[in-house]
Amino acid sequence: MAGLWHIERSTAVSRAALFAAAPALAALLALPAWGDSGDMRLAVEISYYLALAQAWNLLAGYTGLVSVGQQAYVGLGGYAFFALSVLAGVPPLASLALAGLAVAALALPTAFIVFRLRGAYFAIGTWVVAEVFRLLLALATPLGGGTGMSLPVTVVRSLAESSRARGLITYYLGLGLGLGTVLLVFFWLRSRQGLALTAIRDSETAAASVGVDNRRTKLAVYLIAAGIAGLIGALAFLEKLRISPDAAFSVGDWTANIIFIVVIGGIGSIEGPILGTIVFFALRALLVDYGAWYLITLGALAVAVMLLAPQGLWGVLSRPLGLQFFPVQRRLRLLDSAPHAAPGVPAAGRGD
Amino acid sequence: MAWANIVLQGALLGGLYALFAAGLSLMFGVMRLVNIAHGDLIVLSAYCALMVVQATGLHPLLSLAVVVPLMFGLGYALQRGLLNFTLGGDILPPLLVTFGLSVIIQNALLEGFSADSRRLQAGALETASLTLGDQIAIGWLPAIVFLAAIAVIALLELLLYRTPLGRAFRATSDDADTAQLYGVEIRHVFALATAVALAVVSVAGVLLAIRTNFDPSIGPARLLYAFEAVIIGGLGSLWGTLAGGVVLGVAQSVGAAIDPGWEILAGHIAFLLVLVVRPRGLFPKLAD
Repeated sequence: MAGLWHIERSTAVSRAALFAAAPALAALLALPAWGDSGDMRLAVEISYYLALAQAWNLLAGYTGLVSVGQQAYVGLGGYAFFALSVLAGVPPLASLALAGLAVAALALPTAFIVFRLRGAYFAIGTWVVAEVFRLLLALATPLGGGTGMSLPVTVVRSLAESSRARGLITYYLGLGLGLGTVLLVFFWLRSRQGLALTAIRDSETAAASVGVDNRRTKLAVYLIAAGIAGLIGALAFLEKLRISPDAAFSVGDWTANIIFIVVIGGIGSIEGPILGTIVFFALRALLVDYGAWYLITLGALAVAVMLLAPQGLWGVLSRPLGLQFFPVQRRLRLLDSAPHAAPGVPAAGRGD
Repeated sequence: MAWANIVLQGALLGGLYALFAAGLSLMFGVMRLVNIAHGDLIVLSAYCALMVVQATGLHPLLSLAVVVPLMFGLGYALQRGLLNFTLGGDILPPLLVTFGLSVIIQNALLEGFSADSRRLQAGALETASLTLGDQIAIGWLPAIVFLAAIAVIALLELLLYRTPLGRAFRATSDDADTAQLYGVEIRHVFALATAVALAVVSVAGVLLAIRTNFDPSIGPARLLYAFEAVIIGGLGSLWGTLAGGVVLGVAQSVGAAIDPGWEILAGHIAFLLVLVVRPRGLFPKLAD
């Protein structure tokens, strides 16, 4: 059959999206020139949520590891950064990178325990683990115990002298982390491992039967997701200049919002979490004055989406139109030049 | 003797945790549904009791006469109107829908009752105790909670093993499709299971509200205790769940005696240890 078909990866829409994304990216990179520090902080916050959403989507959407405990790794990242930069005197930027690595390393023994639980029990188990880390750090007096600690001025100064320069550093690091995570997920899903991930998403049993090492793939996703959360925690609490166990290990900030973003946007695709992040921040801006009603609305929206359109808003938009911005699929196309296919040759399937 | 007292108080506290856990265990057993909003429903029933007590001036324990049927009805409606639509092969919908529900309940309570800490006043019952020797005293209230846990679990066992409804629960638990072939209306059975679970939850909520302070944010921690008691005890065994609650209560009580900061932590660590050493719990009955 060689020569009769080829594997199509990008589509006209995805190529157009690439061109459309270029000016948006340029505008973001130039934001410090045209926006104020409030805009920059908002952009960085959006980047964090985007990165966390992409990581959680890999976990829950592809490998079925529905974690309600990602705040464990955000919190540990923040505390690792404070411990390294304040207690050990490591330069801030090196502390950031090391914090990410340390968190990924800590996730390994944690995985050993929580991977004993399946499905919904895994979800609650990860939550217990996050609580254990929060309570342990509340006992860590060198790091301020239950009340937490502030980043000493000397450490802040060692990042950069002026507050403008510090703002620029955290802006570009935050933006890089957000966009970098999207690219990482994109290239991962296009790779051989991505094919394994997609197979696990669609059927674990089938994936295992064609030789995918499910456990190993899941562990890899779990550790990478932990590392990303750790980097975000380190950067977020560097920006806040203050850390406490309740803020660092907040299930609402670091996991509930992320779950809503992914569920509303669309689980199991790259575009879904991006759309979800946009919807999340738009809703937040709209409902900023309504206090608890904002979270009630968000929760109700997520419940409605899960029941009525489990593929999320992106699924609703993309399915009928065949849209995709990130070409991660492999679609089999019969070549026009091929001699007329004999009846009985199966039509090219919509494999994605 | 001081340590004997600490262990005894912890064991009595375990009765409350077993009450938290029994409803969770029942829902999982019958329909493999893990309800993330479980803790928030406990808190919701505490607030229901608060409203009943404020409106009628009844003793908190008598408010059960109103709160239990109310939560039973809510459970039936919740399952029939919402949660039944999440059941199927995929684990994501029930998990994420109950997670959303948890956030909705918490914030609705926050909006309705503010973040202030509340408590149900039970008069003399709160401080009355039975003194055994010079170092051990059993409070009437913790003793009542523990006896309530035993009574609830005994009633649930009777329901499960001695009644037609219990037979339907067990048949659905074993194989919902086959049960349906034999004429079990599974949507109704699921709704009754949640109704019974929430009736148990309401008992737990009212007793919690008499025993300690509560506010809208404490639900998730109660979910974790309930979950830990179920896993420590072993899936599918209600008496195991009671044992799991006792292990958790004793661990917390001993932890607190060493250092107040270790109270909750010691309970979590006991749970993780059981998970590492005996992943199927102390008295497992179900395979899944």
